[in-house]
Amino acid sequence: MPDVNWIEMKNLQPVALEDIPVIPVEELRSDVIERVKSGGRLVQFFGSKTSDGTMLYAVLADDNASRLFVSSSRFNGIASYSAMTPDLPSAHLYEREFYEEFGILPDGHPWLKPVRKGTPGIDESETPYEFFSMQGEEVHEVGVGPIHAGVIEPGHFRFSCHGEKVYHLEIKLGFQHRGVEELFVKNRNRPLYLEKLSESVAGDTVVGHAGGFIRAVESLADVAVSRRAKAIRTVALELERIAVHLGDLSALSGDVAYLTGNSVFGALRTRVINTTMSICGNRFGRGLVTAGGVNFDITPELQESILSMVDRLDIDVALAAEVLFSSASVLERFEKTGVVDRDAAASIGMVGPAARASGIAVDVRSDHPFGGFEFVPVHKLTLQGGDVFARAYIRFVEIQQSMRIIRQQLMGMSDEASKKNVGTLRRDSLVTSLTEAWRGEIAYTVITDANGEIARVKVKDPSFNNWFALSLAVRGEGISDFPLCNKSFNLSYSGFDL
Amino acid sequence: MMVQTFVTLLAVISPLFFIGLINKVKAIWAGRKGASLFQPYYDFMRLLGKGEVISTTTSFVFRVAPSLNVAAVLLALMVVPVPHFGSVIHFDGDFVLFAYALGLAKFLTVIAALDTGSSFEGMGASREVAFSTIVEPAFFVVIGSLALLTQHTSFDSIFASFSTTSRVTPLVTILLLVSLFIMLLAEGSRVPVDDPNTHLELTMIHEVMVLDYSGPDLAFIQYSAALKMTIISILIADLIVPASWTMIPALLLSAIIVGIVFASVGMVESLIARARISHIPQFLLVMTTLSLTAFAVVSFYFFGSIR
Repeated sequence: MPDVNWIEMKNLQPVALEDIPVIPVEELRSDVIERVKSGGRLVQFFGSKTSDGTMLYAVLADDNASRLFVSSSRFNGIASYSAMTPDLPSAHLYEREFYEEFGILPDGHPWLKPVRKGTPGIDESETPYEFFSMQGEEVHEVGVGPIHAGVIEPGHFRFSCHGEKVYHLEIKLGFQHRGVEELFVKNRNRPLYLEKLSESVAGDTVVGHAGGFIRAVESLADVAVSRRAKAIRTVALELERIAVHLGDLSALSGDVAYLTGNSVFGALRTRVINTTMSICGNRFGRGLVTAGGVNFDITPELQESILSMVDRLDIDVALAAEVLFSSASVLERFEKTGVVDRDAAASIGMVGPAARASGIAVDVRSDHPFGGFEFVPVHKLTLQGGDVFARAYIRFVEIQQSMRIIRQQLMGMSDEASKKNVGTLRRDSLVTSLTEAWRGEIAYTVITDANGEIARVKVKDPSFNNWFALSLAVRGEGISDFPLCNKSFNLSYSGFDL
Repeated sequence: MMVQTFVTLLAVISPLFFIGLINKVKAIWAGRKGASLFQPYYDFMRLLGKGEVISTTTSFVFRVAPSLNVAAVLLALMVVPVPHFGSVIHFDGDFVLFAYALGLAKFLTVIAALDTGSSFEGMGASREVAFSTIVEPAFFVVIGSLALLTQHTSFDSIFASFSTTSRVTPLVTILLLVSLFIMLLAEGSRVPVDDPNTHLELTMIHEVMVLDYSGPDLAFIQYSAALKMTIISILIADLIVPASWTMIPALLLSAIIVGIVFASVGMVESLIARARISHIPQFLLVMTTLSLTAFAVVSFYFFGSIR
């Protein structure tokens, strides 16, 4: 689609800011809607403060062609624009976020509520957040959180129910907001700080987030990381995926009081995170990925032990999954619970395993290959059900796929150095880094200023795309199945709240 | 009389041990070593030594409910005969007292839950009451079949003459055993009806109603649930142990049966998942079906042609 309104780029390919078209917002609006309707996907939609007003950037992905498209619009003295959301539901959170951060009103937005910081100009202690509420004689509301019974992150869930049946679930987040994006810019001269910060965006996706941010920085610095380092990063990323998926299968079993699955998958997870620890000394992979490569090499002995762990795990996971997925009482709970159908999933822009379980073939590893996936292709796996069963089963299938990937990466390791030096960054450039972490697509867009320093970092965790899917999943379900649906998505609060 | 007192005392103090047994069975299935069989006693003592936090929105109902709850369940224990020894009190129609002593205990839990005004606890209360409306009639059918078969209306005399009987006794025994086991799972809030270990307040039935309790009151509530399960398992032992047996073998066999019943609860909890809330009535209706079948068999025996 050659078009003067958009500049074409690839995942991790920097473009100069001056090459990015600046078009009127009406044109940007209609272009985005049109491109998404004809198969594109909204990846990033964010603002950036510059000396002459506010820039609005939109990054779209053409997954089939492995291309990204970026365009922008300048707001100088304009206080509003016509909202996209009525025509493009997947833009709803992006527009709310843009409004919250820059105060430019998306006119006609149907659900202009705070995302994480609060509506501009409104003090929440005076004008409290208003939940959607249902009227009726036997309708009741149930509020859960922000403090929960388990040791989990804070978030508020408001159910509108009739008896046991949920009609609507409204999710209010933002309790975990730490100002991550501002911290990136504020500490741009402290490389180690930035790495640690990216590892902490979502504590369960250390390798995914750190990899995503660091690859963006490397591509701005024109550093080509050695193939060996890419392989080690990929192994760590896939170990992370296996570990979390195993933990999720364990927790899904726990939520339906299925003791066998709960304990067996939990024990298997320990093996995997201990393997990550044998590589870098930390079970969650902290400190492994660094700009220019990795901090820890994999010795031949370690390579052997990882391979033999994977071989044993392969057998045990297959056994445990056979028991779990053939247990009638478990299937009764998983099947046809919390269905998100394909159309709904596509229209709200879901990503990751949850989207693939609803039949949408999106996988950054295959669509926009990065790191080790540039050498070894990955097949996209999808299921059709869109229910809790599909989201559980796709985890099992992905665990097996990840074990194959780890074997391939370890076999194909070159003998280069595992770390290179990183110099200065390109000036006035923009790069988008997409990563398929275990939860789905992580997008980092990094913009540099005229001195080659980081001027803006936009982070998008897959939770940002998928929280709304949870609301859709529980509609019409019994309220007692909410925890199970919630666990089947296992979304991040801190990744959303930033 | 001494021995009778001893046996009753045993029934009063043993329930927590059997809870420990369930946990042990589950631990072994999960590949863990598990806590000591006596851990529930330590927990009980720990809770007794703690202070209480009482929500300011509650009334006296909330405070008296746990103690009355234990009292009501103890009253139910009094009319249940221990094999060979019989019950502490018995009179014609005492099973009605039994059913409604348990009913009173449940009523107290439910109104205490409503007293807190919490939407969670209200939800739990509504579930508890909904499922009780299935269990309670089924229990009367169970007792009805026994009363019809033995021509007695007191637990004590029903079980005194139950085993010395007819050709249909084995069949009726099996049907009622399963029936009572389902009742035990429901009344004890165990899998697949409820999940006693979950922290997910939206899925709970019994646990969610007692969320606001702490300290001694919580200890009472946990004890009362354990006692209720023990009482029902003694009824199961009553069905099996022949009334003619002498003291020691009868007592031993009863203890073994109660142990097996609790171990089975642990097995069920290890091997199957909890049912979806909307399907629990179907599971409970199995109890109704089985007890009605038993009743039909007994009726045929008397009024039909199986003689």
